[in-house]
Amino acid sequence: MRALERLFGGRGRESASGSVAKERLRLVLAHDRTSISPALLGTLKDELIAVISRHVAIDPDQVQVTVSQSGRESRLVADIPLMDRGKRSKR
Amino acid sequence: MAARALTITSGKGGVGKTTLTANLGVALAMQGQRVVVIDADVGLRNLDVMLGLENRIVYDLVDVIEGRCRLRQAMVRDKRLSELFLLPAAQTRDKSAVQPGDMVRVSDSLREQFDFILIDSPAGIEQGFRYAVAPADGVLIVTNPEVTAVRDADRVIGLIEAEEKGPARLVINRLKPNLVRQGEMLAISDVVELLSIDLLGVVPEDQAVLGAANRGQPLAFSENSSQAGRAFHNIAQRLQGQDVPFLTFQEPSFLQRIFDFARSGGMGS
Ligand SMILES: Nc1ncnc2c1ncn2[C@@H]1O[C@H](COP(=O)(O)OP(=O)(O)OP(=O)(O)O)[C@@H](O)[C@H]1O
Ligand SMILES: [Mg+2]
Repeated sequence: MRALERLFGGRGRESASGSVAKERLRLVLAHDRTSISPALLGTLKDELIAVISRHVAIDPDQVQVTVSQSGRESRLVADIPLMDRGKRSKR
Repeated sequence: MAARALTITSGKGGVGKTTLTANLGVALAMQGQRVVVIDADVGLRNLDVMLGLENRIVYDLVDVIEGRCRLRQAMVRDKRLSELFLLPAAQTRDKSAVQPGDMVRVSDSLREQFDFILIDSPAGIEQGFRYAVAPADGVLIVTNPEVTAVRDADRVIGLIEAEEKGPARLVINRLKPNLVRQGEMLAISDVVELLSIDLLGVVPEDQAVLGAANRGQPLAFSENSSQAGRAFHNIAQRLQGQDVPFLTFQEPSFLQRIFDFARSGGMGS
């Protein structure tokens, strides 16, 4: 099947090692470029949740803290979904 | 016009810095530029043998720095190209013999008589790398389309940016187009996207590179006899500000794909 996909220049490369290399490098470089370790990201996330929950209702399970890359610039991105009213009252 | 000093570096060893420096030196000189190539790999000199000039060395970079000779006396003129010179590294010393300021002084005294000063950096990010990039007006980063080489290149690009050595430009060496075609090697666009710097050139894997090193006759001497030789000349032209299209060995034609398909055993593989 892979061979046929290759013939038509299709999606055969999806599981090939080249794209695995790219995906792995993306993560490795993101960490190399900043001094933020996965452990530190975890700490930041926990403390953000603690601070923000004191003032607004959020769902701790949905919070994501990541380092994102745009060009050679890194930024810390926190995605903190607010708990909607309906959901909150159900709890 | 004063020379531009360009340092060729990579982080990881063995990716092709010396090969690129020798070939760019030859290509630029063939294109009428006055070029001096400096071997900054003190203790592990190689640029002399790649250029076939090893028997003509009298003095070296460290002799110049320590005042045992004048700069002119240490420079070896390539008899094949009258505008190409080599400043060899010392072989029996180590990198602690050279300070960044020494390289700046040596380069500055060469600027008036040349158009290009190409500095072949040692691998790594220590002292040797530091003094090699000290005089640079621009930096060429060499990498191979491999996870380890790209990672190390990224580290070096970060260090160059921190030193404000101008935007580093990328040369991808040893590309194997048929592996890329099969999805088993990082593609040019992948490497450029990951490193996010300008692409200066791509040199394919070419057996002739080995033979050229064996003979001390860089491929660039015969620019059209190999794709790698052509690639070196294109890079040399881009360094002079010319807009040269990239070679297109990466995209297979439909016929090529049929050929690969047939060779791979068709549906059976
Ligand atoms: N495009 C190519 N095709 C095939 N072989 C190549 C190519 N480029 C370099 N090589 C081979 O790779 C080896 C290492 O090349 P080179 O000495 O230029 O690397 P380097 O980066 O200067 O190494 P070091 O870090 O030790 O100084 C040599 O054997 C050379 O022949
Ligand atoms: Mg070398």
